[in-house]
Amino acid sequence: MALSESSLDPQQASFDTVLGSGLGFSHIVRRGETLRIVDLEGNQAVDTLFYDASDPSERYSAVDTIRTQGGIYLSSGSPLISTEGRVMLQIVADTCGRHDTVGGACAAESNQVRYAIDKKYMHSCRDNFLLEIQQRRPQLSLRDLTANINFFMNVPVSPEGELHFDDGISAPGRYVEMRAETDVIVLISNCPQLNNPCNGYNPTPIRLLVWSA
Amino acid sequence: MSDVTEQWLVDEPLRGGQMWSRVIKRGQVLRLTDVEGSGSVAALLFNADFLLERYNMPDTLKAQHIARITTGNVLYSDMGRVLCSVVADSCGWHDTLTGLEDAAASLKKYGPGDYQTLRNDWHRNSRDNLLVELAKYGLGKRDFGPNLNFFVKVAVDAEGKLGWIPDNSKPGAFIELRSEMNTLVLLSNTPHPLDPAPTYRAKPVQLGVRWAGPVAKDDSCRSSCPENERGFALTEAYFR
Repeated sequence: MALSESSLDPQQASFDTVLGSGLGFSHIVRRGETLRIVDLEGNQAVDTLFYDASDPSERYSAVDTIRTQGGIYLSSGSPLISTEGRVMLQIVADTCGRHDTVGGACAAESNQVRYAIDKKYMHSCRDNFLLEIQQRRPQLSLRDLTANINFFMNVPVSPEGELHFDDGISAPGRYVEMRAETDVIVLISNCPQLNNPCNGYNPTPIRLLVWSA
Repeated sequence: MSDVTEQWLVDEPLRGGQMWSRVIKRGQVLRLTDVEGSGSVAALLFNADFLLERYNMPDTLKAQHIARITTGNVLYSDMGRVLCSVVADSCGWHDTLTGLEDAAASLKKYGPGDYQTLRNDWHRNSRDNLLVELAKYGLGKRDFGPNLNFFVKVAVDAEGKLGWIPDNSKPGAFIELRSEMNTLVLLSNTPHPLDPAPTYRAKPVQLGVRWAGPVAKDDSCRSSCPENERGFALTEAYFR
C-alpha cells in the first residue's frame, strides 16, 4: 500500500464542507484543482462517480481504470480513467492506502437481493445519486450511473476469484486527494448502508475540500 | 450439460472480428462455443422490454461474492433481477473486471489494420463494435457499463495486481446462458486488450439458441446462494 500525505493547507481551500451520511452531493472540479475527501470518523464508504463536465457521455470507467493500472485497488498514483481512455483525475495523496472500485453502490433493489426482500425501504446510495442529479445535474440520468469508486472501502478479491466485503482499513481523519486533469463533475453519495461492514454499521460524516490550481 | 431441448432456433458462426445481437427470450438458452480455444467475446446485456435496465457488474459480483463468472452464477440487472443464469460452462472462468479494447489500443498493439487493405479481415475492436450494436437499439456511449469477457481469465493476486492467464479456454469450450428475462445480448468477438499475442487474432465462435426446460425449484443457479433465491423470486414477481 502506498501511503502519502499532502502538503495542502485546509485554511487555503477554496471550498470546504461537511457532508452527513445518507446525503448526495455534486460539484464541478476544474482542471488543475485538487479534491480531498476526509473520512472524519473512520470506516465510512464514499460512493463516487466522475463525468467530463463538457461532455458527460465521457465518464469514469472502473474497468478501464483497473486494466490501465494493472490492479483492482486504488491508491496514490492511480489514474482515474474515462470511458474514452483518458486520465480524468490522478490520486495524488492517500493516508488510507486502499480504495475499492468493484463493489458498486447500494440500491433498494440490490439490498433486497443481498439481505432480505423486506429491506427495500432502506436508504441507499443509488437513491442519493438519483436525487442529486434530478435536482442539480439535469444533463445526467439513470443511464449515466455506472460502476463507481468506493473511497475508504475494503473489498478484497482472492486469486480464486472470490470477493469479500471486509472491515474497513480506514480510520478517523484519513483522507484521499485527487487532482483533476480536466473539468469534471464529481457525484458523491455518502453511503447510508446499515447491513454490512462497509461503514462499520455506523454511517458517519465526511469533509470535502477543493484547492484551486 | 444443462437440461435443455436439443432443437436449435439459431445455429450460426460468429466470425473473428464480428459483432452480433439478439433478444434471448425468457426461457431460451444462448450457447457460445469457442471453436479453436483462447477466444474472447465481449458482452453487454439489457432488459429488452425496458432498455434502461441492464447488466450491473458490481451487483452481480457482490450478491454472489465472486469476481468471475462460471456455472451456477447468475447475471444481475441494476434492478435486483436476474437477466441470465450460467447453466453450463466447460471453461470455468469468464472475466468481469477488465473491459474493452478500443481503436487506439488496437492500433498501438497490432499496427494498422484498416478495411481498405484487409477488407473484412480488418482489425475491429470491441468498443467500436459494441457502439455500433448499441446504436441499433437507440443506445450509445452513455449506455456502456462494465462488460463481460467470455472465455477470458484475468486473475487478481494478493496485492490486487492483474495477471493474464493463457489458455483458459480449450478448443470446443462453451458457456450456456439461460435467459430469465427477455434479454438483449450484444456481443463482439474481438481480441481482449490484455491478450499478449503480438498479432491480431480473433477466433471463430459458434452461437446457438434453443429453448430451455422449465426452471426447477431446486435449479442449481437459483439455489447456489440465498441471494440468488431472492433474485429469482424478484424476477418471477416482475413477470407476474
